[in-house]
Amino acid sequence: MTGTLVLAVDPMLAGDIGLTVVLLTLAKAVVAFAFLLVAVMLLIWFERKLLGGMHQRFGPTIAGPFGILQTLADGTKLFFKEDLVPDRSDRFVFKLAPYLSLIPAFLAFAIVPLGGDFSRGGTVEWFGHTTYLQVADPPVGILLFLAMSSVAVYGVMLAGWSSGSKYPLLGSVRASAQMVSYEAALGLAVAAIVLVTGTLSTHDMVVAQAAEGYLGIIPRWNVVVTGLVPFIVFMIAGTAELNRPPFDLVEAEQELVGGFHTEYSSIRFALFFLAEFMNTITMSAVIVTLFFGGPAGPVLVSELGGYSVAWAWGVVWFFLKLFVLLFCFVWMRATLPRFRYDQLMDLGWKALIPAALGWFLFLAALETGRDQGWSEAVVTVVSLLVFVAAGALLMRAVRRGRASRDREAAGPPAEERSDPVGERT
Amino acid sequence: MGYLHGFAVTLRQLFLPRVTTDYRGGFDDSPADVKREKPERLHGRHVLNRYDDGMEKCIGCELCAGVCPANCIYVRGTDNDPEDPTAPGERYGYVYEINYLRCIHCDLCVEACPTQAITESKLFEFSFTSRDDAVYTKDELLVDDDGRPRQLPWEDWRPGEDAMTSGWMRATSPSGDQRYVGEVAWSGELGYGVRPAELADTQAPPPGEAAAHGQKASADGEAAHGQEVSADGEAALDAAASSEGETVP
Repeated sequence: MTGTLVLAVDPMLAGDIGLTVVLLTLAKAVVAFAFLLVAVMLLIWFERKLLGGMHQRFGPTIAGPFGILQTLADGTKLFFKEDLVPDRSDRFVFKLAPYLSLIPAFLAFAIVPLGGDFSRGGTVEWFGHTTYLQVADPPVGILLFLAMSSVAVYGVMLAGWSSGSKYPLLGSVRASAQMVSYEAALGLAVAAIVLVTGTLSTHDMVVAQAAEGYLGIIPRWNVVVTGLVPFIVFMIAGTAELNRPPFDLVEAEQELVGGFHTEYSSIRFALFFLAEFMNTITMSAVIVTLFFGGPAGPVLVSELGGYSVAWAWGVVWFFLKLFVLLFCFVWMRATLPRFRYDQLMDLGWKALIPAALGWFLFLAALETGRDQGWSEAVVTVVSLLVFVAAGALLMRAVRRGRASRDREAAGPPAEERSDPVGERT
Repeated sequence: MGYLHGFAVTLRQLFLPRVTTDYRGGFDDSPADVKREKPERLHGRHVLNRYDDGMEKCIGCELCAGVCPANCIYVRGTDNDPEDPTAPGERYGYVYEINYLRCIHCDLCVEACPTQAITESKLFEFSFTSRDDAVYTKDELLVDDDGRPRQLPWEDWRPGEDAMTSGWMRATSPSGDQRYVGEVAWSGELGYGVRPAELADTQAPPPGEAAAHGQKASADGEAAHGQEVSADGEAALDAAASSEGETVP
């Protein structure tokens, strides 16, 4: 994209902005918001049903067919519950926090392309305007997602702090530490994508992934192009960012009662709940966009009753991919036990960040080699050797650090201690 | 691959038969709405029994109220009207209330009752929405003229369940004494007569061991005749254990 547009790269906003354009934009926002709300309702039901199945239970069965309206029933119940604000809370922040958690989840979703025929640029024609099937395509693109996921931390942190109670405070302290740690890994994984596709715009990322694949069958998805490592890092860091199991230390029931939302009740609690699941959908959608080609996919039937339905296939592929990822999130929750706090920090700082950084440098070396015309084989071998050597160095550093920590924890040598038997040495 | 194995386990579970039932609280007519089979000795909501002739078994002695660890039973006894007695004997309980917000279903009241007046059904599917409903009065606890428990609007009874009102008592011997297992030591109930003993934890032992066990135990029982019951029971158990020990080599 040429850098002439400031507001957005969406072609609809490039020319004169008339009433139709404003209405179209509004319509897109409303539809996306409604979709998210319905999707959250269905996701909660789906998660409970699937978890039930994996526990050999039924899950919800009563409200509606297959219990599909269970979330609606729970939500209605929460609406009519008494709304408590603790005496010792900071009332303004206490009331603000749920929205700080909810709004970023929705805003981040705005940059996700939902459909379109990406074999021909991914645009649709509506009322004489060529536009994208996404709420917004700002030039900063994926950075908006990173920014919003950082803002979402404030919701959790302020909720815990403003409650004026100790368990929520502990939960929020954990939340800030965890999110700050995993933000770095998340960002580095995104950087790898940006490096490979050469753009920040989510639309252009999908366009890049819709290009001709390898061997005729393997699609040119970034999960293949970047060599799987950034995807794994992003998936783990994303789960931690969402505070979903196995990284749900923020609301560890066994340790912290309800975690940061212990003091929340009624509709404010429902908002946190909504935000959590909305974030899950947004994160899955972003993963689909970044790594699995978003709505890009084959167009099986391009005409139906005289109307062009090529763009609808994008929607179909997008939702299929989204569904698979959401299934994986629930599957992880059903399978993995919760991490201990120090394990969480170890995984973040000693495994994910170095792996993401190392792989990013590796990809950068490959790109540079391609530009300079170096032999690709040599670059790959040398890079991998450096990668392995750096990994070994890091492992050694971690081991030595742990050994010295253990020595400190064991205390001074035996002769200096008032331990007559000295059997602990 | 240790990590990935767990994923296979959860995925496999998805296709295994469910271990729970699709219980719906009796709110719709779905055939899927089934209760699980209840254990033999489940402690449910209580019933106050009556004799075969319709007389109430409760004599208002308040032993149940005295033994109740949760203080949920309130009993007041009074003298029978000689012309029209409510219970055989001198007195009857004219107030009998159980607060189910407090009851822990330990069934010490059932053990304490000298006349088997209070026993328990296997019903625990009752959820009331007011505190008044939580306090069951004598009218609600006493069995009806057919000897069946009264079914209150918020209780989820299924066909056949109202017959299982004294299973735990009939499965448990007096004072937990092994020698009385299976022996009928209770009076008849309205609508049922004298009911047979429920199958208890002691199954019939294998034939070979049964003979040795029986001889040894009875011999021991005669030798220790006159001792306290509990000590006697222990002696019999010891004898059983030692006789088993002898037959193994």
